[in-house]
Amino acid sequence: MALIVAENIHKEYRTGEISIPALKGLRFEIEPAAFVSFVGPSGSGKTTLLNLIGCLDKPSKGKLTVADTDVTVLNRREGAVFRGKNIGFIFQDFNLLPVLTVYENIEYPLLMVLEVPPRERGARVLSILDAVGMTEHRDKYPDQISGGQKQRVAVARALVTNPRLVLADEPTANLDHKTAFMVIDLMKKMRDEFNTTFIFSTHDEKIVGQAETLYTLEDGELTVRTEKGGTGNGQPV
Amino acid sequence: MGNLFKIAVRNLLRYRRRTLLTASLITIGVVFVLVFISVSGSFKYMMIGQLTDSMLGHIQVHRKGYVASIENLPLNLNLKAQAASKLTDVLNRLPEVAANSPRIKFGGMFSNFTESTNIRLNGVYPDREFRTVPLLTSRIVNGAKALNRGDIIVPDLLAKGMGVKVGDTVVVVATNQDGSVNGKQFKVSGVLESITGPGGRDGYIHIEDAAEILRMEEMEISEVAVRLKDFRGLHDFEEKLGGLLAGELNKQGKPTFEVHTWENLSPFYNIARMIDVMTFFIKVMLIAIVLISIMNVMVMAVYERIREIGTIAAIGTLPGKILAMFVIEGFCLGVAGAIIGDLVGSVIVFVIDMSHITFDFGRQTGLILSTKVNPEDLLAISVIVIIVSVIASLQPAFKASRMEPIKALRHV
Repeated sequence: MALIVAENIHKEYRTGEISIPALKGLRFEIEPAAFVSFVGPSGSGKTTLLNLIGCLDKPSKGKLTVADTDVTVLNRREGAVFRGKNIGFIFQDFNLLPVLTVYENIEYPLLMVLEVPPRERGARVLSILDAVGMTEHRDKYPDQISGGQKQRVAVARALVTNPRLVLADEPTANLDHKTAFMVIDLMKKMRDEFNTTFIFSTHDEKIVGQAETLYTLEDGELTVRTEKGGTGNGQPV
Repeated sequence: MGNLFKIAVRNLLRYRRRTLLTASLITIGVVFVLVFISVSGSFKYMMIGQLTDSMLGHIQVHRKGYVASIENLPLNLNLKAQAASKLTDVLNRLPEVAANSPRIKFGGMFSNFTESTNIRLNGVYPDREFRTVPLLTSRIVNGAKALNRGDIIVPDLLAKGMGVKVGDTVVVVATNQDGSVNGKQFKVSGVLESITGPGGRDGYIHIEDAAEILRMEEMEISEVAVRLKDFRGLHDFEEKLGGLLAGELNKQGKPTFEVHTWENLSPFYNIARMIDVMTFFIKVMLIAIVLISIMNVMVMAVYERIREIGTIAAIGTLPGKILAMFVIEGFCLGVAGAIIGDLVGSVIVFVIDMSHITFDFGRQTGLILSTKVNPEDLLAISVIVIIVSVIASLQPAFKASRMEPIKALRHV
């Protein structure tokens, strides 16, 4: 059964009397443990789509089901609870909390969102720290580590709650190529290890090739779906 | 909750200079209020002590209607012997009463055999009067700190004006309520320092001498001054005594007695009230300082951390927790300002106390300002600061908690 089902998703932004369509009738399904990328030029609607999937925004029209939940009907509080339980976020600018150490940043969602008991929390943080290779930096603050390390911490923070889905909006945009590939490799490794679905947006041609399923967005419409070593390669959606 | 405090404190330390400035502002406010309350409170209570312990007593009981005519010292409104005896019995039974002193107050002529002037006199039982107003003896600047029959203690202004000194013989002439004039010789046994307020320039003689001059067949009493064991119970006692005496009715079926605290008898009470009003407004200023500084700093904090708010909201932090995070920051700032302010304020008050600063009040000079920090004031100021800090943080914190994560994440 698909983890994400999008049916005729529309999103419009209004500026005064003017309505600007950002997404136009998107339909797609994403299976569990998929490694999916949405690509397209700036303004094509990638971030808007990720925001909808991440319950940070609501579509103007259509139905969007994530993890068997119709996320279009969730209120603010229900949305927060749903995100905390089911979705991890990786941001382009890492968005680590500067007053917390690496360990505390990763611990944050367990502590402040899911309220996991201390012993289990500690074990999970240490395990994910080890998995992303940041154990030795656990007591450092974000301003004491490199960009690549920050993104590894962000990956760990997104995964520590064992979410069913991780959304990454341009996760490598602020990284050099070598570090960017390392982060994508790490995400893949985490997908293999935890069976988590990863969806990321990018416009970096080299990174695009790392995705197993690729959706191309142009002017708010899904134009092409490509699957590495599978059906649908280069086929119009 | 501990983690919310940890994050709040770290966020405050993250902007050290701003936090320090805000905490300093609150500290200065707290110090100012604490010092003002201590100094003005010390002045107020010292003056109340001076008035009650050297002249008025804490409470006075008169015959109904006497106080309205007190300027005339009306002899026809004295308490008759039977009523005075009843009153004394009641007062002696009450455990709150430390001492009581009946007085006969009257006006007369004072003569040094070459010239004469008016004088207001209190006829008292010396031992009872000295127990009821224990600072009275400290006002006797010349002569014996005692009063025997045939002695008179004269106020210093009168002594100076009439050129009398301790040991001189003088005559007091008075008219009793029937219009009969009588005189008696006295020996000046002491000169009494005048103080501000009603009765502050009265002389003293023995009560039996007063009864003799006024030709009283039975001892009649103008007033009974009462000293309480615990001054803080003044109003409770006033109510209790009023209740006990309310049943005593005269022949017309009206109450025989009226009970007054020092507040009803001295104009200084209005000054004390003014000090209280000023203290209130100083506290209002403190509230304004705390409110504006905390609100300002929290608005800045929210504005600067919009992306962080977006991040934690996106991760799934509930709005209530985001609200708590910012309110706790304001709370911590308030607590820090209150604690530092209390400490610095207490030290300053201690230094003022040690400096033995003197001041004058009316004709009283060289009064030493004795400042003390009242733990209740410390607690009240701290509670005000902390509550206002929390209130001031609420609006910015609420704004943070209601922020749309998607908009917050887009913020540059």
